[in-house]
Amino acid sequence: MTDTGSRTYVSYLDHQGRFKGIFSWLLSTDHKKIGLMYLNAVIVFFFVAVILGLLMRIELLAPGRTIMGPQTYNGMFTIHGVIMVFIIVIPALPAVFGNFFLPILIGAKDVAFPRLNLFSFYLYILGAILGVLSQFAGSGPPDTGWTFYVPYSAQSATNVIYALTAAFILGFSSILTGLNFIVTIHRMRAPGMTWFKMPLFPWALYATAWIQVLATPIIGITLLMVIAERVLNIGFFDPALGGDPVLFQHLFWIYSHPAVYIMVLPAMGIVSEIFPTFSQKPVFGYGAIVFSSLAIAFVGSFVWGHHMFTSGMSYWARWFFSFTTFIVAVPSAIKVFNWISTMYGGSIDLKPPLLYAIGFIFLFMIGGFTGLTLGSLASNIQVHGTSYVVAHFHYIIFGGMGFAFFAGIHYWFPKMFGKMYNFTIANISWVLVFVGFNVFYFPQFIIGFQGMPRRSFDYLPQFQTGEVISSIGSMVLVAGLFLMVINLFRAVYKGDPAPANPWKGVTLEWQIPSPPEHENFETIPEIKNKPYFFGNTSTN
Amino acid sequence: MYNGASNLSGGVDWAFTFIFIIAFIFIVGITAFMIYTVIHFSRKKGKPARQFESSTKLEILWTAVPTILVMLMFYYGWVAFAPMRQAPSDALRVTAIARKWEWEFDYGNGMKSKELVIPVSKAVRLDLKSEDINHSLFIPAFRVKEDVIPGYNNFLWFIPNFKGSYEILCTEYCGLLHSAMLSKAVVVDQSEFDKWFADLKNKVFVKEPEGFTLLRNKGCLACHTIDGTKLVGPSFKGLFGSERTLIVDNKEVKKKADEAYITKSIYDPDSEVVSGFNKGLMKSYKDVISEAELKIIINYLQSLNEKK
Repeated sequence: MTDTGSRTYVSYLDHQGRFKGIFSWLLSTDHKKIGLMYLNAVIVFFFVAVILGLLMRIELLAPGRTIMGPQTYNGMFTIHGVIMVFIIVIPALPAVFGNFFLPILIGAKDVAFPRLNLFSFYLYILGAILGVLSQFAGSGPPDTGWTFYVPYSAQSATNVIYALTAAFILGFSSILTGLNFIVTIHRMRAPGMTWFKMPLFPWALYATAWIQVLATPIIGITLLMVIAERVLNIGFFDPALGGDPVLFQHLFWIYSHPAVYIMVLPAMGIVSEIFPTFSQKPVFGYGAIVFSSLAIAFVGSFVWGHHMFTSGMSYWARWFFSFTTFIVAVPSAIKVFNWISTMYGGSIDLKPPLLYAIGFIFLFMIGGFTGLTLGSLASNIQVHGTSYVVAHFHYIIFGGMGFAFFAGIHYWFPKMFGKMYNFTIANISWVLVFVGFNVFYFPQFIIGFQGMPRRSFDYLPQFQTGEVISSIGSMVLVAGLFLMVINLFRAVYKGDPAPANPWKGVTLEWQIPSPPEHENFETIPEIKNKPYFFGNTSTN
Repeated sequence: MYNGASNLSGGVDWAFTFIFIIAFIFIVGITAFMIYTVIHFSRKKGKPARQFESSTKLEILWTAVPTILVMLMFYYGWVAFAPMRQAPSDALRVTAIARKWEWEFDYGNGMKSKELVIPVSKAVRLDLKSEDINHSLFIPAFRVKEDVIPGYNNFLWFIPNFKGSYEILCTEYCGLLHSAMLSKAVVVDQSEFDKWFADLKNKVFVKEPEGFTLLRNKGCLACHTIDGTKLVGPSFKGLFGSERTLIVDNKEVKKKADEAYITKSIYDPDSEVVSGFNKGLMKSYKDVISEAELKIIINYLQSLNEKK
């Protein structure tokens, strides 16, 4: 406790509400505590999925059986996918940083519905536990891939229903969080904070939240249909009963493609906060970034068919989905140009958050351009369903969303915990993660183009060089991840105290103490300037 | 690898290369720009940040240029794709059958082959038929791929330009042995093809035993052979009546392979596993193989011994 003169300041970490001890966390409706609980859960599940990924890479060191059989391998890539997609990347950015910083960034004391927020968290935990349980309980890990394609998912004798139910429950958690954020942003902005004085991370969360609310119910009902197909043999998807297996693919991707934007829009929001702060100048093209977020959310809802170019869709359906896929690339390009222009002419401090944000741009560009080769009707034929796709979406999701998460945690860590981490170790772990990542995934583009199918336990001998290089990269990457997390964990307990504003940021979170108090603001601030106003030294 | 191996590969490769060239220019350019910016505008140099924040001209420029470029990319992808959907009517038609976990190529009139043998420089149309779940037929060298989906009449076509042997892979995950679902496309001269085709015709007249057809159609032969080769499961050769070393409740047990044993192995495979093989790889076929079919299979397995 520190005395700030007029009254006693108590950090939210020490704040005791109606409940004491562990229950002051588990039953807290404080958006910051909920955010931290999500953070801990995400880290735990992330490392579970990382270990599964690493075991798969070891298996692929040589053709044939190396350390596990095909059934084990198929279960592993399924659970790796289910955990990573539904438990990590979809919820992580909105649930961790959205929860923690959305209210602070718009000058509010909490989200609109704090109890609903806690309920979302428990739905998330329930879904996550069920997801992990599917690995151990019943008749063996599900082996359908995270996409649950019928008819196989309707027939596989494994724990498919556990995994489907887990994803269904996690979907509800996501819908409720989205709903909460929409209402919070509409109703709870500080006086004077008009829509276009709102920082870019809340804008990104706003676009994301609409996708969460509108698209997630579709996956919910689709997964229920698969359960009904399995249990009651209804025949939604079974051609023998008059169903259509491709219908499932449409329904699945109507949600699961926009879900990619649920992952990546908040990531874009985070780096949009980081570039101005570390350049000490306003974000370049604020309006363009806002509108490109909304455009991505909108156009991104009409591109799902590009996952199905080889499924036997009609000629014009393929044409349409390829066209929209190329259109949605444009707003992403606009964002990249605006971010690099934000740095230009600034006073650049290359601290770990900025390093991760720059890594984000580099990897996101590779992921984005390879996405175009997948969106092109002709080249899609060659690379669809191969490890090229695996490399592409890891560049987007891990290189994009993952690096933005790392950028965000290094950026906001001093605010969240009131402690500072070691910069040297953070930089070393960045090098390991960045180099390991590229060595890991880049060879998969090459062998994928040559024909290496994805989700393959075994491979032809000509792919071994690529697979071995990839496996070596994965080990470097995992070493870097561990080093990064150890550095942060150490800082929570032993780090130097962090000042309120270590990076000289101008958004609202940097105007309050580190860590913030229970209700964020002593008095609700009144907003007069644009969000990234660094003073009147303009030469423009 | 095999550049220009089919009539379609040029278009696919150009659509890819065009995007690759633009990607390369932008990725290298933007990365260089970022490195330059970080060094040149480093805070250590002590210059204050310039507080400009937008430029309509630049925004229009970097909206318009990417829009034009992606439309070109779309166009090249489309024009190379369009011919893939227009198979010539005089193409050699072969039905490609996919089942867990093998390919079979049906040349009509019951003439079937495990490998796709085709004449060089002649259009081939593959009609894709699945007997169980989703698969995807992929011949990387020819730049062709299309999913094989039950209830769908998907197809693909191409003209192979050179003689040779090319891999056929499955690129839609289809369960346990997805990665082993391989075959070959063998491209030969027309004369060689005619000779092979005539041989295939002769083979057809030997009617295959009903039990064998059942074993194949139920997918048994993906893991068990009848020639003694060990795949995922033990071979059927010499099985009936032989003495098996089994693992039951972690203990070794010797047992004669009679009718009861085979029934149990099919309906409840995990209860008794042959030593040296793994549990959990085979599911119960209770709902897949009826008792009547089981009888036929057992008779067939018995007949394998008599042939000698």
